[in-house]
Amino acid sequence: MRNKILLFSFLVFAGTLLYSCQQAGQLEQDMYYTNGRDLYVKRCQNCHGERGEGLENLIPPLTDTVFLKKNKKDLACIIKNGMSGEILVDGRKFNDKMRANADLTDIDIAQLIVYITNANGNKQGMYSTEAVAADLQNCK
Amino acid sequence: MKYTTLLSSVLLASLLISFTSCTREKKLPIIGNRDTKTVKLPDGSTRVDTVYQTIPDFRFLNQDSVEINNDTFKNKVYVADFFFTSCPSICPVMHRNLKKVYEEFKNNPDVMFLSHTIDYKYDTPHVLKKYAAKLGVDDKKWQFAYGTRDDVYTLAEKSYLTSVQEDSTEKGMYVHQGWLVLIDKDRRMRAVYDGTDPKSVEKLNEDIPALLAEYKK
Repeated sequence: MRNKILLFSFLVFAGTLLYSCQQAGQLEQDMYYTNGRDLYVKRCQNCHGERGEGLENLIPPLTDTVFLKKNKKDLACIIKNGMSGEILVDGRKFNDKMRANADLTDIDIAQLIVYITNANGNKQGMYSTEAVAADLQNCK
Repeated sequence: MKYTTLLSSVLLASLLISFTSCTREKKLPIIGNRDTKTVKLPDGSTRVDTVYQTIPDFRFLNQDSVEINNDTFKNKVYVADFFFTSCPSICPVMHRNLKKVYEEFKNNPDVMFLSHTIDYKYDTPHVLKKYAAKLGVDDKKWQFAYGTRDDVYTLAEKSYLTSVQEDSTEKGMYVHQGWLVLIDKDRRMRAVYDGTDPKSVEKLNEDIPALLAEYKK
């Protein structure tokens, strides 16, 4: 009986610990998301639109989840250094220049990525500042 | 007591009716600078007339490298703006909003659109052509105008009262205001909208029919 009580209280303790850890993770992601949204409004919205809809065949939308997932490791480089050349998004070809945002820090970029990959129908979870720093080492 | 209540309610009702019956037709003001001129009437007396600012003669190349001028917009009301194709700031918003208006009046032959590029170095007609095609508006209805720096900048600032200039801090960039200007069939400016504000641009959907209605009388 005593063992059972011990086991039970341990389980409750472990459960709470796990839960609060998850909460902390979620909290961090939410913070990144909110800050990322503010940055998005300032830096990206003019071109990519309020709901990430893009602009006809001039500016690609940010609603192509498959594209974002497939190119997730390149997103940091694209945001920081801009982009040119042809890409296929949403089944359409785009071939215009995107401007660089060289002044953004790693954490800014991580926050933007968290926002972009979790807004407008995307749900891809957290992306850390460390991951951005690593991605930026491998820009093409 | 009862009499006064009756009287006041009748008064209130009549007031209400007079208010609702008085909704005047919307008439857009004529904007821009004004001048006066003295005219001689047939009976020999003189009167002072108001001279409104109008869009002067212009000649540009459009996205098909064909000359466009005032005659292209004869008997049309049109929306004019200034932009450049590689613009990373306000132009995409302006044209995103204006495209919605374009769709609204797609089948109305009396309505046109005129976008002047202020990037006289890069935005040659074939660049404008590509831009128009990608925006999905490559037809005669929406003209993209290419001209020399002096022609375009003077027209913007003197005639459309829109400020444009080259950016001194960033190469290849231009600073300009995002106004959409509504021009009537007599070349006069009738309204200005903030092209970056969807709510402001939406007003065009009411104002263009109101303006066209003036000419139907």
